[in-house]
Amino acid sequence: MRGDNLSEIEVYIVSENEKEFTMESYLEYLQSKKLMGSKCKDCGETYVPSRKLCIKCNSTNLEWIEMSGNGKIAAYSCIGVGTSFMAAKGYSIKNPYCFSVIKLEEGPLISGQLIGVDEKHPDTIKIGTSVKVKFLETDLKGETRVDLGFEPA
Amino acid sequence: MGKLSRRVAIVGAGMSQFGKLFPLKRNPDLWVDAWLNAVKTVDNGIEPKNVDACYIGNYSSDLFNHQGHLAPQMANFVGLSPKPASRFEGACASGGIALRQGVIAIASGIHDVIAVGGCETMNEVSTTLVTDALATASDNLFEYPSGATFPGLYAAVASAHFHKYGTTAEDLMRIGIKNHDNGTQNPFAQMQISIKDLMNNKLAKLEKQGRDIPDWKDEFDFLKSSSNPMIASPLRLFDCSLVTDGAACVFLAAEDVAKQFTDTPIWITGTGQGSAALSLHDRDSLTSFVATKEAARQAYQMANLAPKDIQIAELHDCFTIAELVAMEDLDFYEKGKAVDAVRNGESKLDGRLPLNTSGGLKSKGHPVGATGTAQAVEVFKQMRGIAERNRQVKFDVEKALTHNLGGSGATCVVTIYQK
Repeated sequence: MRGDNLSEIEVYIVSENEKEFTMESYLEYLQSKKLMGSKCKDCGETYVPSRKLCIKCNSTNLEWIEMSGNGKIAAYSCIGVGTSFMAAKGYSIKNPYCFSVIKLEEGPLISGQLIGVDEKHPDTIKIGTSVKVKFLETDLKGETRVDLGFEPA
Repeated sequence: MGKLSRRVAIVGAGMSQFGKLFPLKRNPDLWVDAWLNAVKTVDNGIEPKNVDACYIGNYSSDLFNHQGHLAPQMANFVGLSPKPASRFEGACASGGIALRQGVIAIASGIHDVIAVGGCETMNEVSTTLVTDALATASDNLFEYPSGATFPGLYAAVASAHFHKYGTTAEDLMRIGIKNHDNGTQNPFAQMQISIKDLMNNKLAKLEKQGRDIPDWKDEFDFLKSSSNPMIASPLRLFDCSLVTDGAACVFLAAEDVAKQFTDTPIWITGTGQGSAALSLHDRDSLTSFVATKEAARQAYQMANLAPKDIQIAELHDCFTIAELVAMEDLDFYEKGKAVDAVRNGESKLDGRLPLNTSGGLKSKGHPVGATGTAQAVEVFKQMRGIAERNRQVKFDVEKALTHNLGGSGATCVVTIYQK
């Protein structure tokens, strides 16, 4: 009985060169220090992180594109009371880190830690400042985890 | 579309004490207190046999108390078993969603009377765990690893608002000062103390310890000092709402039966709910919450009212910036203009449009899942003219609004109340 319905099930066969648009694919790219998005071939909308379904035009006709990593600060905050993940990296109220939302030159906004700025003097950080991507490595019990970061260009 | 099939009224409303109450009070205790206080406000009395269902707003008893499946427990503690009991979750908007679903269920005809509640006991876990539990209401995969906390996300919104409209940290301080002033008049509030008194207490303490006395000429100097630490720039400690244990209860009744309970029901004439991308970075605007705008549009349309008709409102001031943005998103003021109203005191208790007469989340407290229903409790009291101490507004309130925002703005419920 189940076999009869097989043709109705969408099966994605993904070649080594073409990853399916999943959260995991995006994170795998990030782990290999690539900031990837997906671009809708029908309406041109770009998504970072990548999406499989274009929510602007309802198309599934998207392709992977690699972002330049260049952008501008759209919003930020220097955080003193941080997440346990950041606290484990040594950040504290006396040693704040900067969370930022960056407008990429391709259009989308994305969150990332902003480094190379004076976190203790937030007023010195200016919205609109040009930044470039900086992949941040954290050692987790011998394995290197890569997170998205930015620094002034 | 967008109409209630029959009218729905609040016939009674009450809340528990808000505060750091664990382990003295846990969810069942807080909820029973709220229920008993709500029962007292029902003119002709109400008993469990009059109530058809129990709707509970709760964000995360799972993470805060290691207890899921909360609704039947709450229903049982007030004598409602075996009636239907359901829990609703939408982060900090959980209570607002429970209220809205109660309205919808009564309007549909399936129930006549519903006890809508909200509860949260947050102080059972450490501050770090509270922060992490709240952070699960933001995007876990892409915002959390970037260091986003709740204060941090609202702080980022503040940074964009400051940049675009020239808002200042001092403007936000005015909102905190106002809400603390209101909270001094609310016996159920967690912090019934003004910022000025907090400052004076601090000065007295320093003097007693023989330490250097800071040269603070007013509350603003105190709020800009290291006594008010930066949590997430530009938001300091006194820009943030509190970690609170508390519950609230509202009795909803269909128009067919409301008069059995009271001659002066408060009608819910508008309800709206909106959503947005979970992550700030997936939204079109960083200075406005689209979920609020959508919820407000629906609620105003259903009530056939305009923003200028609203006389008082409870706004979701989880952070001071959130009250400011809500003033604009609800169209009380043009975008970028709400600061003028903050500066000239329009939103104070004696102002043209009093906001957060209860003390708001800032001073009354923010037991996440209870907040939406607690807002309805305050509006009910103000419309009935029974607000405690000196916080009853000086005019007859015929039209009021509550605004309940979830997460960093991905869920919003707006409710409109009329006499």
